[in-house]
Amino acid sequence: MSELLVLIDHAGGAPRKVSTQMLTRARVLAAATVSPVSAVGVGAGAARTADRLGQFGAQKLYVWDSEEATRYVTLPVVEALQQVFERSGARRLLFPSTNFHKDVAARLAVRLGAGIITDASDLQLSDGDMIVSKDVFGGATITRSHVRGDRPALIGVKPNAFAAEEVAGGPVEVVDLDVALSDEARRSRVVEVVAQAAGDRPDVGEASIVVAGGRGLGDASGFELIGELADVLGAGVGASRAAADAGWIPHRHQIGQTGKTVAPQLYIGAGISGAIQHRAGMQTSQLIVAINKDPEAPIFQIADLGVVGDLYKVVPRLIEEIRRRQG
Amino acid sequence: MKVIVPVKRVPDTAGDKPLDPHDGTLDRDRVEMVLCPMNEYSIEEAVRLKEQHGAEVRVLLVGPQSAQSVVRKALSYGLDSAVQISDDAIAGSDAIATAKVIAAALRQEEFDLILMGAQATDARTSIVPAAVAELLGLPALTYARRLQIDGDRVTVDRESDEGWDVVESTLPAVVSVVEAINEPRYPSFKGIMAAKSKPLDVKQLSELGLDASEVGLAHSWAEVLDFEPRPPKEPGRQVHDDGTGEVGAQALVDWLVEHKIL
Repeated sequence: MSELLVLIDHAGGAPRKVSTQMLTRARVLAAATVSPVSAVGVGAGAARTADRLGQFGAQKLYVWDSEEATRYVTLPVVEALQQVFERSGARRLLFPSTNFHKDVAARLAVRLGAGIITDASDLQLSDGDMIVSKDVFGGATITRSHVRGDRPALIGVKPNAFAAEEVAGGPVEVVDLDVALSDEARRSRVVEVVAQAAGDRPDVGEASIVVAGGRGLGDASGFELIGELADVLGAGVGASRAAADAGWIPHRHQIGQTGKTVAPQLYIGAGISGAIQHRAGMQTSQLIVAINKDPEAPIFQIADLGVVGDLYKVVPRLIEEIRRRQG
Repeated sequence: MKVIVPVKRVPDTAGDKPLDPHDGTLDRDRVEMVLCPMNEYSIEEAVRLKEQHGAEVRVLLVGPQSAQSVVRKALSYGLDSAVQISDDAIAGSDAIATAKVIAAALRQEEFDLILMGAQATDARTSIVPAAVAELLGLPALTYARRLQIDGDRVTVDRESDEGWDVVESTLPAVVSVVEAINEPRYPSFKGIMAAKSKPLDVKQLSELGLDASEVGLAHSWAEVLDFEPRPPKEPGRQVHDDGTGEVGAQALVDWLVEHKIL
């Protein structure tokens, strides 16, 4: 069997969680078909991911470790991947189902004549065919799909769909790519990267625990309390649309039908009523906790634990108690 | 300046979502369909380009005859004209096949800017804007939280996980927008009345030079094999706090310990 490719998301050489999660699953799938797992890394620092990726089962790393790749929009990664498909004869690629990588996959699919399925929550092999499970309609329905015929398949994997597990792997074979960017790729430039300090707090889209606040916070300062709870739990911070629209927190934290879809191990919602538009972005979370004054709030219908009470009374005590236990 | 706003008709998020038991596609006859909420933002941004740059804005919708009410709804925000691509052969197209139809329709139009929503609220794949751009050989500046046009230059603040990237290219280009970009206004009564008489062209695939063998359910490269409703959740535990926070916090701590979070 040809190689199974995994496109790595990394921050300056540090693989993001979704990368090691995808590799873990790729290892299991590849073992069944006796095919090697090859990672693909693009951008400044990408070569430094090699050892870490090896610990999660990558046997090979195709890498274009270059500042140039980060200076233009989307196409540097597309053109690097085109070269990998040509050189390796691979037919399948797993990519992180995030905004940036969906753009990459969309363009690559057109160039390769590949089929594309995004937002996979599970991957299985059936007679050599890759079967992709995904949640649709806000998690109300699960579909199973595949790419028809013998076209290349590009499969987007949701963060937290799989748990990352290390293996005792051998050394990773590093293959340097030689990418000469097209004129087309140079037409869209990255002028500036603006990063707002989040400290050690994980991004809401890939955090294992998410603490989210809504209208019930009353004002922007409520997110200080939400952030404090998030930090004692090592969680990311989410928000309902009402809270984002009120300007209490940037929209990129928004969870719901027009925001992010998250599926963490644990979701804690405080002051969020749980309108269907919000539930569409979080109801596939493994465990759901809700804190709300209103016993009739719809979020209690899907909560594993619901606390009816004033979040400004409950949450500070909760933080205090967690801190006490953590010593 | 000419702007085209592709819009989508989607099932109302608040309504039921029955799937056709035969082919796993949405049974669009049995659900309430609306203009995609994300298009309110792309339309608002187009209206602003009308106000600031005197842009001429045209709506594009791919969908059956019954979707015409959604085209009129889009026009009611004050846009100038519309084209609807309506052909039975398109039904069941996946995202790439849909992008092919949109791209083929755009090849027959004059434009400087294509303004789309970053993700439709139903399928939520987010891949159509970039796929359309690729098919047309255009730049795609996606997930825009700010859009600025200066001559033939387009600059976008592209939302990222950490903040945003400032990205730029030349026109013509495809831009997709996120909610943070603006606050949509409601259509005016005047706009709603005027929408009824705005020019609307309806075209079939053959008029786009696109063969039916490239689109539709049977020719999409990604195929839904089967589907099932998510099993209903067991009702959870509910605890009433005593007003001091103590009972609520204790219940939370016990529960977090029980589930090995703490």
